[in-house]
Amino acid sequence: MKKNQSNKWLAAMKIFTFFWMIFVIIGSLYLTPEAAGFKSTSRVIFYHVPMSWVASLAFLLAAISGILYLRTKKLVYDIWAISSVEIGFLFSILATITGSLWAKVEWGAFWNWDPRETSIVVLLMIYAAYFALRSALESREQKAQISAVYSILAFITVPFLIFVVPRILFTLHPQNPVFTTQTGSIMSPKIKLIFFSSIFGFTLFYYWLLRLRVDLEKIKNNLLAKKRQDNF
Amino acid sequence: MIRKSGLLYKSFYILQKDLHQEFRTRYAINAIFLFAITTLVVVSFSIGAAELSQNILSSLLWIIIFFSAMTGLSHVFVREEEQQTADTLKLVAPPVAIYLGKLLFNILLLLGLELILIPLYVVFMDMSVGNLPVFILMIVLGSTGVSAVATIMAAIISRTSAKGALFAVLSFPVMLPVLILSIQGTALAIQGSSISAGMDEIQMLLLFIIVIVTASILLFEFVWIL
Repeated sequence: MKKNQSNKWLAAMKIFTFFWMIFVIIGSLYLTPEAAGFKSTSRVIFYHVPMSWVASLAFLLAAISGILYLRTKKLVYDIWAISSVEIGFLFSILATITGSLWAKVEWGAFWNWDPRETSIVVLLMIYAAYFALRSALESREQKAQISAVYSILAFITVPFLIFVVPRILFTLHPQNPVFTTQTGSIMSPKIKLIFFSSIFGFTLFYYWLLRLRVDLEKIKNNLLAKKRQDNF
Repeated sequence: MIRKSGLLYKSFYILQKDLHQEFRTRYAINAIFLFAITTLVVVSFSIGAAELSQNILSSLLWIIIFFSAMTGLSHVFVREEEQQTADTLKLVAPPVAIYLGKLLFNILLLLGLELILIPLYVVFMDMSVGNLPVFILMIVLGSTGVSAVATIMAAIISRTSAKGALFAVLSFPVMLPVLILSIQGTALAIQGSSISAGMDEIQMLLLFIIVIVTASILLFEFVWIL
């Protein structure tokens, strides 16, 4: 009964997100002016920044789920963790691609080891290692527990990377474009509206994907458990 | 005084046990020393007589140290699984003591390697160190950081089915801050800068070591007991 109710909410949210994203796409292409200092390429922020935001959110949620798993040993937290990491990984790749396309136009090359590019490569390496680690562990409990430990260890090195990487390389990446006031804010109110709508839309989209992925993982686990029962 | 039932005593006991066991077979020592020296010869040979800047000298040194660590430092935990002594060890000592003992063993192993490797590196690469005390400090701090990350990752990979292949893959991203800081700090020391110039690196390295060792102590039991 309760499950039905939440499924209805999810279905309603899906339709709402669909129309919201249509509004964001139209808004980003037709309703907003170009940001000062950049040409039409500035429109990438309506996609690139929300993607990075979703990736950070997903990895944060995965680390929190890892801690919760170690505290409670409830398998559901591991399901949240792996689902969230998978979606975060997808969005990191999307953010890398959109960023790299933008870099080709603005900086003249797809890739030049800017600090932001370096840190996202390290991030992708960490979570690729996470998948490799999970596939090399045998039992379900081992997968859950040891990968939780790794994701926590990886997560605590992130602040060090943020401090260390910009020291060796000089960045050209636009800093904090939302709140910049030096050049009289490069973001007009209209841009801000669409930008935050896009972040909101992408967050809903992430939540919807996450719920689907979590349900899928639960079904998979139930089937595996059932199969094991039948074999005995 | 160290109490006989205390954690430190037990950690030293584990360290002593690992040293005994290591000198019986010399598996990790042989692997790490021969690997380091082979790599050094390859690097030195392929570079020839070219003049290298301080940054490249220090990068090459840390690349050799990193890959040597990746060949030898996983052995402390993998050995326990392969010889099926892990379960007995779980009975005789608390997890924290085991972690600390094995961490000390790895630090000693890596520092012992560097005692041989670095003089050879200086000779082969025709390097002159500007500020020797700072250089030694950077090497010791950097190696401690590398060992700290390698020890907990060794514990993780000893539980998996693909032991060798995963070690470097898992360790590298977590170890990257240590490597970057050590490379920078060592380059400064080779140039002959004073200790105050390298203070940032020293502080960050110390901070990283404290954070990763603390996290490992808290998390080790989840890896070890399952």
